[in-house]
Amino acid sequence: MSVSAIHDDHHDHGPAKGLMRWVTTTNHKDIGTLYMVTSLIMFMVGGAMALVIRAELFEPGMQFVDPMFFNSMTTLHALIMVFGAVMPAFAGLANWMIPMMIGSPDMALPRLNNWSFWLLPFAALMLMSTLFMEGGAAAAGWTLYPPLVLQTGAAFPFTIFTIHILGVSSILAAINIIVTILNMRAPGMTLMKMPLFVWTWLITAFLLIAIMPVFAGAVTMLLTDKFFGTSFFNAAGGGDPVLYQHLFWFFGHPEVYVLILPSFGIVSQIIPTFSRKRLFGYSSMVYATASIGFLSFIVWAHHQYTVGMPIEGELYFTYATMLIAVPTGVKVFNWISTMWRGAITFESPMLWAIAFVVLFTLGGFTGLMMSISPADLQYHDTYFIVAHFHYVLVSGAVFAIIGGVYYWLPKWTGRMYDERLAQLHFWLTTLSVNLCFFPQHFLGLAGMPRRIPDYALQFAEFNAWSSVGAFIFGFSQLIFCYIVIRCMRRQGEHASDEVWEGAGEHGLEFTLPSPAPYHTWETPPNVH
Amino acid sequence: MKKLMTLLAVSGFAVAGEASADYALNLTEGVTELSRDIHDLHMLIFWICVGIGVLVYGILVYSLIHHRKSKGAVPAQFHENTKIEILWTVIPFLILLGMAIPATRVMIKVYDTTGADLTVKVTGYQWKWKYDYLDEGVSFFSTLSAKSNEARQMGSGIDPATVDHYLLDVDHPLVLPVGKKVRFLFTGGDVIHSWWVPDLGWKKDTIPGFITDGWATIEKPGTYRGQCTELCGRDHAFMPIVVVAKPEAEYREWLAAQKGTADQAAGEPATPQEKPSDHQPEPPLAAAGSSEATSPAPAIDEPLTQEVAMTLGKEVYESHCQSCHQANGEGVPGLFPAIHGSPVVVQGPVAAHIQLVLNGKPPLMASFRNILKPREVAAVIT
Repeated sequence: MSVSAIHDDHHDHGPAKGLMRWVTTTNHKDIGTLYMVTSLIMFMVGGAMALVIRAELFEPGMQFVDPMFFNSMTTLHALIMVFGAVMPAFAGLANWMIPMMIGSPDMALPRLNNWSFWLLPFAALMLMSTLFMEGGAAAAGWTLYPPLVLQTGAAFPFTIFTIHILGVSSILAAINIIVTILNMRAPGMTLMKMPLFVWTWLITAFLLIAIMPVFAGAVTMLLTDKFFGTSFFNAAGGGDPVLYQHLFWFFGHPEVYVLILPSFGIVSQIIPTFSRKRLFGYSSMVYATASIGFLSFIVWAHHQYTVGMPIEGELYFTYATMLIAVPTGVKVFNWISTMWRGAITFESPMLWAIAFVVLFTLGGFTGLMMSISPADLQYHDTYFIVAHFHYVLVSGAVFAIIGGVYYWLPKWTGRMYDERLAQLHFWLTTLSVNLCFFPQHFLGLAGMPRRIPDYALQFAEFNAWSSVGAFIFGFSQLIFCYIVIRCMRRQGEHASDEVWEGAGEHGLEFTLPSPAPYHTWETPPNVH
Repeated sequence: MKKLMTLLAVSGFAVAGEASADYALNLTEGVTELSRDIHDLHMLIFWICVGIGVLVYGILVYSLIHHRKSKGAVPAQFHENTKIEILWTVIPFLILLGMAIPATRVMIKVYDTTGADLTVKVTGYQWKWKYDYLDEGVSFFSTLSAKSNEARQMGSGIDPATVDHYLLDVDHPLVLPVGKKVRFLFTGGDVIHSWWVPDLGWKKDTIPGFITDGWATIEKPGTYRGQCTELCGRDHAFMPIVVVAKPEAEYREWLAAQKGTADQAAGEPATPQEKPSDHQPEPPLAAAGSSEATSPAPAIDEPLTQEVAMTLGKEVYESHCQSCHQANGEGVPGLFPAIHGSPVVVQGPVAAHIQLVLNGKPPLMASFRNILKPREVAAVIT
């Protein structure tokens, strides 16, 4: 082959060189990588904040940080994990996988794609810069409830502007995903043939478009309350602080499904592959996901059982919330039926998926308990809820993401990750996550409120365990970073095109070469 | 290998159900009808969840053990079965219905605040509680006890283990009669707080500008402790709640003693700064028994001597100012200004300082016009 031929080849099909490749890229794989790397960095940053929290809570008394800084840590930990780690990870997986899974050459709106990514690091940096501002970072919790949040110092407008930018970024990504899925599918890829990961993201994207403007509106009202003399949330001016909570949770509840639905999708991809069996009930999985998406809009006030709603409201939200258990149960039963009488093997992705099913279900049980409003009058705002949402978000969402990374990493990089290290990573993480969060159920039931930097002596023992678990959990993730970096640097065994035995039957992506070429499906595949 | 984790999870929950005595692993049964009902509801849902968990995890574990490739399992090809899919939709629905009925019954009871024997208004402030016995004209503040407060400062050098009821003790507890239906009215003075005593069975948010309510009939004399459960700023962790339930007669005695000090306070000559309360439907403020009501108060009508003023001022500072401006008056940089060396407070005219304390400094510093009595203002400023 002549030199010029290679050059042409490169020009047409390869990425540009250097930093500008990443700044100007419109390639879905590049953007997917950018999202994933950002997510991993933010995961470590948010994790470091969690370790500050757990260090202070290791024993009674104030040892390390001022209570105000502690509150900033809980606030930023949540905001960064939700908007900086989990959501970008899903966006990254969507970018990488959706075009490859539906037989499309790229995302439908590649320039928009670049823009929606590049908003993210700047928003994240701005959020972190608030730590150094006069008065410290926002310390009113990620829910930013007024009137408390109005006491924030110089960080206040920056925090809100950060949320606006993150919201724009999410909306743009969601639009792109919807357009891609609805317009770019290969011939024969009907909606009801799409992989579940694509389906769950389609529903998630609609949720995002519906809720982000509500959140942006609510925080803008905070902004005008603080700086322009309005009284949306100020009773003295005819407003109502609880109105903010309704607006926030109208966003916030679908938001937690934004964090979990794509996880359902990932797990629904992994389990059939390693059970060597079709997903038990494909269509019921799709309908269950759609029902969860719908229900997520009509249950928001179950976060506010203690604000003194009328009893009719209290009971309505109780019933509606309990209903969510039905489609969620359908999903769990489906995963288990898929494994039933399969031929199961336990490679790392499968381990994470199984741990997801077990631990997410546990989080589902505590969720059901809290949906019962009278009982929630006790559970509300204690460590019981902290345990609950960490079970569904860490051993739920984060486990699914890590499982997904192990599942697709060989396809992305062309290299097999180190299975022994990955198993070590799995077991350390799974044991420590339980050590960290399981005792928190007891703490909550015994009466320890959440968001406190210091506590009474009877809570000391479980807090110490929990902190030990948190530190093991945090440092175990360094193994994960090492494994991923090794693959990215093209070290390790070559992966086959199919990667996993028989995976070609479970997704179009495994019919492509490993590593996936820079451009894929320039000629759409035939799906039947 | 998943068995281990499943066992951990299930047995962990089972432990929570049984061994509740030593480590307080489970929800308290409490001392009211509501708390018992809620506890029973909690246990009901808990056992239902355990039952479902055993079934679901059992099937999962069986499958993981017997349907593994290394055991030569050959994948079956079945998928979709309408009958079973309808079953696993309908059965959970029926179970939920079974939970919803008792939940509704309990919730209706929780909301029934009618027929109360007495009413206490609870106001959440950053970071203390105020209790008003509405029909009795008794009212006082309740703040974290001085010992806990000292020990919880960073670098205090005091081991929390040496403090009785560390962080769960207050200077003036809420005293309530046993066997009487007490209605609580909640409101917030600055931000939202939440009033929770687990033994009473529930918590309620205190929302500025709005009134929420709740009730309790305490069945057993005793001391019941709780905390604020809605993040309310820097010292959210340091505004505990202590309820002391006394038999009716002892409660009456206590109340009479409170009224005694309150009447004394009412006799105090009004000063020019004393304006009638303009927006709170409360008894006149001068009549409000203050947080000093139960301490051996110096004779209240005498002019303040330097010595008395310093002692009283120190008390007031400790319960109202210290949490922000710190014990040494240095404040918290960037947030709470230092008093020590401040131009207004230390060097400026006294009138400016009085105005500052009375009017507060929005948004962070509350107005103390309705909180402190003139005498206390005078003392603290001294």
